[in-house]
Amino acid sequence: MASDTDIKQLEASALKDLDAASDGAALEEWRVTYLGRKGRLTGLLRSLASLSIEERRTVGRSANDLKKRLQEAYDWRIEHATKARVEQVIAGERRDVTLPGPPLPRGRLHPITQTMRDIVASLSGMGFQVAEGPEIEWDRYNFEALRIPQDHPARDMWDTLWIDYEKDGRHPMLMRTHTSPNQIRVMEQREPPIRIIVPGKCYRFEATDATHEWMLTQVEGLAVDEGISLTDLKGTLAEFARQMFGRDRKVGFRCDYFPFVEPGMECRIDCFICRGDGCRTCHHSGWIEILGAGMVHPEILANAGYDPERYTGFAFGMGVERIAMLRYGVDDIRHFYSNDLRFLRQF
Amino acid sequence: MRVPLRWLSEYVDLVLEPEELARRLTTAGVEVGEIITAGDWQNIVVGEVVKVDKHPNADRLTLPTVDIGGGEKRQVVCGAPNIAVGQKIAYAAVGARLLDGHSGDAIVLRTAKIRGVESQGMVCSEKELGLGEAHEGILVLSPEAPVGAPLSEVLGDTVFDFDLTPNRPDLFSIIGIAREVAALTGQKVRDPSIQYEEKGAAVKGRAKVTVADPDLCPRYVGALIEGLKVGPSPDWMQERLSAAGLRPINNIVDITNYVMLEMGQPLHAFDYDRLADHHIIVRRAEAGEKMELIDGSKHTFTNEMLLIADAERSVAVAGVMGGFDSEVTEDTKAVLLEAANFSGPNIRRTSNALKVRTDASTRFEKGLSQHLPPVAAARAIKLMVDHAGGEAAKGVIDQHPGKAKEGRVTVTMERIVRVLGIELSTKRIREILTALGFGARWMPPDRFVVRVPYWRTDVSIADDVIEEIARIEGYDQLPTSQLRGQIPELVPQPRRDLRERVRDALADAGMQEIITYSLTDLESLRKVLPKEELAVAPPLRVSNPLSRQWEYARTTLRHALLETLASNLRGDQSLISLFEMARVYLPREDDLPNEVEMAFGIVSGREPDRWGRPTGEPAGFFAAKSRLDHVFAALRMTADYREATVSAYLPGRTAEVIVGGDRVGLIGEVHPQVVESFDIGREVGMFEVDLDALLPHVGEIVHFQPVSPYPAVEEDMAIVVAEDVAAGRALELIRASKLVANVSVFDVYSGEPIAAGKKSLAFAISYQAEGKTLSDADVAKERKRIVERLKRELNAELRA
Ligand SMILES: [Zn+2]
Repeated sequence: MASDTDIKQLEASALKDLDAASDGAALEEWRVTYLGRKGRLTGLLRSLASLSIEERRTVGRSANDLKKRLQEAYDWRIEHATKARVEQVIAGERRDVTLPGPPLPRGRLHPITQTMRDIVASLSGMGFQVAEGPEIEWDRYNFEALRIPQDHPARDMWDTLWIDYEKDGRHPMLMRTHTSPNQIRVMEQREPPIRIIVPGKCYRFEATDATHEWMLTQVEGLAVDEGISLTDLKGTLAEFARQMFGRDRKVGFRCDYFPFVEPGMECRIDCFICRGDGCRTCHHSGWIEILGAGMVHPEILANAGYDPERYTGFAFGMGVERIAMLRYGVDDIRHFYSNDLRFLRQF
Repeated sequence: MRVPLRWLSEYVDLVLEPEELARRLTTAGVEVGEIITAGDWQNIVVGEVVKVDKHPNADRLTLPTVDIGGGEKRQVVCGAPNIAVGQKIAYAAVGARLLDGHSGDAIVLRTAKIRGVESQGMVCSEKELGLGEAHEGILVLSPEAPVGAPLSEVLGDTVFDFDLTPNRPDLFSIIGIAREVAALTGQKVRDPSIQYEEKGAAVKGRAKVTVADPDLCPRYVGALIEGLKVGPSPDWMQERLSAAGLRPINNIVDITNYVMLEMGQPLHAFDYDRLADHHIIVRRAEAGEKMELIDGSKHTFTNEMLLIADAERSVAVAGVMGGFDSEVTEDTKAVLLEAANFSGPNIRRTSNALKVRTDASTRFEKGLSQHLPPVAAARAIKLMVDHAGGEAAKGVIDQHPGKAKEGRVTVTMERIVRVLGIELSTKRIREILTALGFGARWMPPDRFVVRVPYWRTDVSIADDVIEEIARIEGYDQLPTSQLRGQIPELVPQPRRDLRERVRDALADAGMQEIITYSLTDLESLRKVLPKEELAVAPPLRVSNPLSRQWEYARTTLRHALLETLASNLRGDQSLISLFEMARVYLPREDDLPNEVEMAFGIVSGREPDRWGRPTGEPAGFFAAKSRLDHVFAALRMTADYREATVSAYLPGRTAEVIVGGDRVGLIGEVHPQVVESFDIGREVGMFEVDLDALLPHVGEIVHFQPVSPYPAVEEDMAIVVAEDVAAGRALELIRASKLVANVSVFDVYSGEPIAAGKKSLAFAISYQAEGKTLSDADVAKERKRIVERLKRELNAELRA
């Protein structure tokens, strides 16, 4: 049963304990003990239930007054405590805010990885899934199945590093020259609809200079379904180019030849250095080539066992180094694989 | 392929400026790689010398007066000895841009007094116009040159240098380019004349052609021209050949080259009198057969190669190059002209095998039309009659054993819409096809029957015709649309997902990603792999490496990381930590190699202090391990480390990395000998993880564990064990207790007062039960059990 005496006793012990509380944790413990939801003051208020209405009113009022007083005392202590701490800092524990924090290790992804991820993210958003393939390939996948038979003049478009492996008088194994062979591998295994991208390393028998590397990274795209047309290819590439190079890019297309597509095309963006007037970057054409593309040749669809009258498709392929050079303004492709940290740490 | 526009304009009117024409051609797939102009000749016109006065102050100088048209005359100072009244010359007005006659530097012509007399412009030499080296005398123009006309109209020429695609052999000719220009600009093509008079006796009985291997030679046209006078070809022909990049030789050879450039059909002229029996035999070489070619090179042939022979010996490599013995000389009086069609792949194989690429072989290998030889032969005969005094024999020999069918393709409107995505009017389609030389017959209700012109050997199916329509219409004219339809079912890519997670984790651990070449040399591999391994499983070799440095498909990345580390050392102790994600290529018998996904990391230098200066501990084993463990933590995995001895790593500081009982990688300090072989003068920590081995252990989805509401009891425990007892063993034993929620090592100590050969290990242990608050007695009981286990298994003593 609660009474005024109880309230007085509670107040005395509370103030004494508050006085004794020496740090933040003790203050918090005091707050829980006296003012908390299960604290002693609450307990006291609960026991009022057994009193008469009259008594309840009087004791209740005193209890609420006590709660107010204790809260004030507590707030004062808190404020005072932090104030003392603040004064202490101002007096002698200032920080020179211009000094650095202790270093945390910093690691970065290679600019080609970063660019590759942006390319993959852009195309994933349009429903293209990654499908990877081997880097060392059979001639059959790298050339023959792509309508580039032995002794075909188009082989000159992909100078090849051949693996020293002979079978039936031929060298059927090579370092893949493009990611296109995986188009064939995927079509052999899956039925339409197909929407894939093939990222990966490729290799060319090519002397290196500022714009040529013998090891390069490509992303190949392939979509096969009913009702896919050249206008879809244009739309897909235009959207991709704008995502990569900015919404205000103009995207243009010109006819080009790749044996595995018909019609074939090259996708270009307007030069963002000169805005189309002509400069060194765009070889004075106002356009910068970014990728090759076309409608999948019906023979390739037929060879995959698809009905070329029912299904159509498009394919495209791009060099990641070239995209990275354009995005970052890198003027020499050889920077990428010379791995000078002074270069890599810029990205 | 270089095409001088002046020459091109003989076959088609050029109604566009060169830049615009080049743009249209390029957009249509006929790429102009470069536009070459002979000079910037603004302010330079044709003038006529009307008077030549003496210079008052210099004997070697004269003062010619030049009529520059429009009634205007100019007096200039001239130092050329060959100036004379009546000459047509190139007059440069003040402001013209020229090359300095002595230095060759670009200059802008200014008014100048020369020995006291003002020169109003100047009369130019070849060198000053950028046309050649001659500068002693002035350039004298043709008497027909119109006075006042810009010099560029009389002399200048623009040359398009095309980057052509291999599917269009017809474009390797001026007439082929003219057809494209005509179609793109709405003009008509003017075919060159092939009319000549046959004044000679019949060729029949005086020359014979036998095609012994018709599979490699579907057609052979032979023509006889007699009474020839070999000498220089006409100036205009020499100029055109030079402008196109060919060196003039003599009229006969020049005519064959001229027609090749004009029509795209390579020709060869044999000296008729040097052909035994006047008999041409087209046959495969006998194995080991030898011949010396026109360029003086000697070759031995295989029976895969096609030769042209006479009754006694071989006289040419078909489609590649003529033989030395039968070539046209100054004494040649009659030629047997060859215009043939050869199998493209065979010519290509021969030319690659002999390493002889010629203008002829690069055309033949692309597959020329069988209908071209008689047309080209007629053209060449006409030119030989007109310009080499020749007399054409009556008739030509035409062996055509491999007759090709005329190409006809049916193209439905439905297919056009299916491929291009839009409908085009039948009128527009017919217009485009007709302009390109196709025949287009509309077959109601829905299709065209298209006749393919003979020179378009690249067109054989409906989609080929559709490309023709699209490229002339212009791809940019077609609308764009977005893919519709069903997005294919997701095919999981766990291998890629793991690789990308590891890549992110390594970068998060402060490591810089590098990408190095997949090929290397044996020397580098030998430094980091045991001899036996290289002997048992030699890496794949590239048979045509770009350099010895890039010859073998790598089976490890150790050398690549060490090389990159070495090349980035800057003479201080800064911490360098690098990683690479790449495949290694493990050879397999008669199959593609196993391409294993690997993650390699390397760390070296001193850890940074509070200020980032490299003053901390040298990074070695533990620096590598903390980074690798960071990866496992990111993958929600724990790895065990078991001491191991592995080549290239330092024994005693090397471990195998075990996950789920499988060895997935290695970690350790690099062996000092290996470090030295890469010229790295400091400790190096390295790790390598086989992601394909790790893949099966990558966790499924994390399952939530309720957080225990009961408080944990934290205690430290120190034990003394023998030096060679691994802390990991003790950890395992402590962790085996059901009440131990967590345990970690926090101190390793040996030395006083610990007995020699022993060490002290200190552990922080956290006890917790699932269903209750542990009492002191519970903890004491469990502690006792653990200590007993440690004693039993490791002979450990509790440290007082
Ligand atoms: Zn530009």
